[in-house]
Amino acid sequence: MSLLATPTLSHYLVLGAILFAIGVIGIFLNRRNVIIILMAIELMLLAVNLNFIAFSRFLGDTAGQVFVFFILTVAAAESAIGLAILVLLFRNIGSIDVEDLGRLKG
Amino acid sequence: MTQTFVFYVFAAILVFAALRVITVRNLVQAALWLVLSFFTAAGLWLLLQAEFLAIALVLVYVGAVMVLFLFVVMMLDVNFDRLREGFRSYIPVGATVGALILLEMAVVLIGGYLGPHQVEPPPAAAATYSNTRTLGLQIYTDYAYPFEIAAVILLVAIIAAIALTHRKRAQTKYQNPGKQIRVRREDRLRIINMPAEKREP
Repeated sequence: MSLLATPTLSHYLVLGAILFAIGVIGIFLNRRNVIIILMAIELMLLAVNLNFIAFSRFLGDTAGQVFVFFILTVAAAESAIGLAILVLLFRNIGSIDVEDLGRLKG
Repeated sequence: MTQTFVFYVFAAILVFAALRVITVRNLVQAALWLVLSFFTAAGLWLLLQAEFLAIALVLVYVGAVMVLFLFVVMMLDVNFDRLREGFRSYIPVGATVGALILLEMAVVLIGGYLGPHQVEPPPAAAATYSNTRTLGLQIYTDYAYPFEIAAVILLVAIIAAIALTHRKRAQTKYQNPGKQIRVRREDRLRIINMPAEKREP
């Protein structure tokens, strides 16, 4: 039975797909809460990283792992700046609700 | 066989933790569930023999980024219930989009399970193989230039985060170096000529 042998590439890809879908659903469900949206973005990045590492292992090419390294760097910078903006936002309007952010109506 | 068992256990924990992250009511709990999912993902990466990145994920994400999240969540005094309004009304559209994504992925990936073209994993590396050494060699030779750019991005992030959140408090006293340098002797010192006082006998 092929499902019970050692985990194949497809196992990891399916897990990555499920994780990515959970991240997207999270953005839809918590449309008002900026912090949860940031967390859902982290989940999606995790899914992408999982795919990169799985391909890197099964194709025998470490370039994928180098790329994950860079994604981790950029994601850390992104969440740091995002949280800084969030703190600033809360200080100014006293809320982290997306609905309250309509001040810059274009 | 053992690997498959470990994979399924970790995958189940990972999916459950991710679901809790997006459904839980309390933001602190959501952050803690996210910590669990990162930790489990690190375990899966170990299974994929990416040891350096697994440890980096635990150190950087569980150790630093999630603590930052927790700090911010605990710092903000937010009315969580108001933020949950409309949670149920978004479930249909969210579930539809999520199911569509999964279906599309399934259409693409189903061949990997049923088809004859299974990608065979390369044999396990020799005991002397060092994942960290391989990655380091690549990063400092082929990817030296992107590595420098990553460093600059981190620097920009540090400065931006500090510049955004820094604020001057009215009560705190600050020095003004420009004023200090420009001060002249006449501003501070006054020489008065006065006759010497005679002590009464």
